[in-house]
Amino acid sequence: MEIFGIPSQALFGQLLIGLINGSFYALLSLGLAVIFGLLNIINFTHGAQYMLGAFCAYFLLNRFGIGYWWSLLFAPLVVGALGIVIERLMLSKLYKLDHLYGLLLTFGLALVIQGLFRNEFGSSGLPYQIPDQLQGAQNLGFMFLPNYRAWVIAASVVVCLATWFIIERTKLGAYLRAATENAPLVQAFGINVPRMITLTYGFGVALAALAGVMAAPIYQVSPNMGADLIIVVFAVVVIGGMGSIMGSILTGFGLGVIEGLTKVFYPEASSTVIFIIMAIVLLLKPAGLFGTQK
Amino acid sequence: MKRKLLSALVTAAFALGAGASQAQISDGVIKIGVLNDMSGLYADLTGPGSVVAARLAVEDFGAAKKGMKVEIVSADHQNKPDVGSNIARTWYDVDKVDVIVDVPTSSVALAVSQVTRDKGKAFLVSGAAASDLTGKACSPNTIHWTYDTWMLANGTGSAIVKTGGDSWFFLTADYAFGHALERDTEAVVLKNGGKVVGKVRHPFPGSDFSSFLLQAQSSKAKIIGLANAGGDTINSIKQAAEFGIVKGGQNLAGLLVFLTDIKALGLPTAQGLIFTETFYWDMNDASREFTKRFSAQAPRNNYPTMIHAGVYSAVLHYLKAIEAGKTDDGTKVIAKMKEMPTDDPLFGKGTVRADGRKIHPAYLVEVKKPAESKGPWDLYKIRATIPADQAFRPMAEGGCPLVK
Repeated sequence: MEIFGIPSQALFGQLLIGLINGSFYALLSLGLAVIFGLLNIINFTHGAQYMLGAFCAYFLLNRFGIGYWWSLLFAPLVVGALGIVIERLMLSKLYKLDHLYGLLLTFGLALVIQGLFRNEFGSSGLPYQIPDQLQGAQNLGFMFLPNYRAWVIAASVVVCLATWFIIERTKLGAYLRAATENAPLVQAFGINVPRMITLTYGFGVALAALAGVMAAPIYQVSPNMGADLIIVVFAVVVIGGMGSIMGSILTGFGLGVIEGLTKVFYPEASSTVIFIIMAIVLLLKPAGLFGTQK
Repeated sequence: MKRKLLSALVTAAFALGAGASQAQISDGVIKIGVLNDMSGLYADLTGPGSVVAARLAVEDFGAAKKGMKVEIVSADHQNKPDVGSNIARTWYDVDKVDVIVDVPTSSVALAVSQVTRDKGKAFLVSGAAASDLTGKACSPNTIHWTYDTWMLANGTGSAIVKTGGDSWFFLTADYAFGHALERDTEAVVLKNGGKVVGKVRHPFPGSDFSSFLLQAQSSKAKIIGLANAGGDTINSIKQAAEFGIVKGGQNLAGLLVFLTDIKALGLPTAQGLIFTETFYWDMNDASREFTKRFSAQAPRNNYPTMIHAGVYSAVLHYLKAIEAGKTDDGTKVIAKMKEMPTDDPLFGKGTVRADGRKIHPAYLVEVKKPAESKGPWDLYKIRATIPADQAFRPMAEGGCPLVK
């Protein structure tokens, strides 16, 4: 059977690949959405923090002999802690100012971090092997699915849903959302709002680092890996609706699939298709697909 | 926005650079501009290393002893033709640069070649690959030094077709270089009795190639030809391993692979790859000696790629031609360079053809198995040498208007 001249089997394969890429978009845009939704900071350092996560995994393995699985825990902790330092020392001074200041600061930080790493490690990147347990692949009949990619989809769906659940369905999440609406009131109830905001930023950054660790075995661990991705991820967040958690998850996966299909039907456009969609969405629904106008 | 900011930074950097050098400028200074990718996916195989190579050439030429003043400046063209030609114009018009060297990314090199021709300066290409630079886009002001797509196709393509790899699928970087490499390789495959069953063009630069690899896999082609370079090739090879392409019976042909790519991939992933180079650091005493000096100054003590070696060789010959011709006029120096035979420690004796093609041997290399490698940079075995007179496209076939 053929669909638009492409054998349906090949098409299923491409859909699955799209979902895999979408899971990176979802993880990264989720972190951005959390940070924007709760802190009103447009975190342009996100790509650099994703890259730091991958580098952290590389160092843990090559300097300390700590393998992939523990890196999934440690790298987000380390990079998240770094994020907390950035939030305390710099970002916290900017909350009262326009969004643009936070954007410029985080953008500058990203350039500095990427520049330092490029200077130190070069642009071709460092190799990171797929963990032994996830070597190999499954033959699904319509495609050859590497075990590692299957793991990436599963892990990212779990992390995304867990994050959504925490923010939208738990008491902690309710505090967070309340603090964004009216910080003084929540503070009056005896909740330490500044600390909560700091930890939220740390959490968003940790999500980026987690995505970085998961990406390390697929892409080279390279200083530019985040810069290549961050623009697309921003488009995902804008399409999904700035600050909407579920929106960014669904859009992440959805756009991964659309991009994947573009790679089959008109590969030359695959790097632009997301931005075309962004332009259309902004024209029709300026707050994004799942966003609400504030 | 990023781009705007970057270009502002570049402009600022230029303003500073220009201010510093203007004071020393006189007609007695030969100014060499190294223009390449200093920060992107080609930065390791060209980048700051090419500046080191140019410096070593100036040193070995003994410019200071001969009383010639030589200055080297450098800039980042970000792999964008508009950025590259703007820098070239500023260099030629404002900063009195006499020659531009390196320039990877064929789309940028073609643009800079045009600017150089308009300004009557000199352009020595080491980084870019498109064979059009000595074909229909040839110029009396440009010499294509190190390698080109025809040579890569001829070296790697015919070796692979002759050992049974007769059906091909191309994974091509979607810009001038990728198209040229695909075109030249396809011609070689067809000429040797093979066939091309499909091709896909990926955005440049890319990061995820799985979708394209899947298309290559379902094409059932015996050989998947990677008509891309640098970071794109690294990720294609890495992801091909993940998708079990080689285990499934298909083979990869890296059509343009550099030493730094193999280093970045690691031997376990890269072993067995076959491709063509014109320089390998471990060929002879002279190349090892050069490598030692290069590595001492290069970022992260990297070893030289063929592009770095080409920059060295080109700058050396350029300075010799100025000495012999007693002029730094771009068009005249290039003519002199074509007239004089070349001779340097890295490429040996050679010539520059009338169409601007530098002629030297090429080497078919194979990446060693991890067990065979004796050091971090011991990466290649040389399988065959393609003699200089067969390595490059015959002048008559290129369609260069200069030699018609």
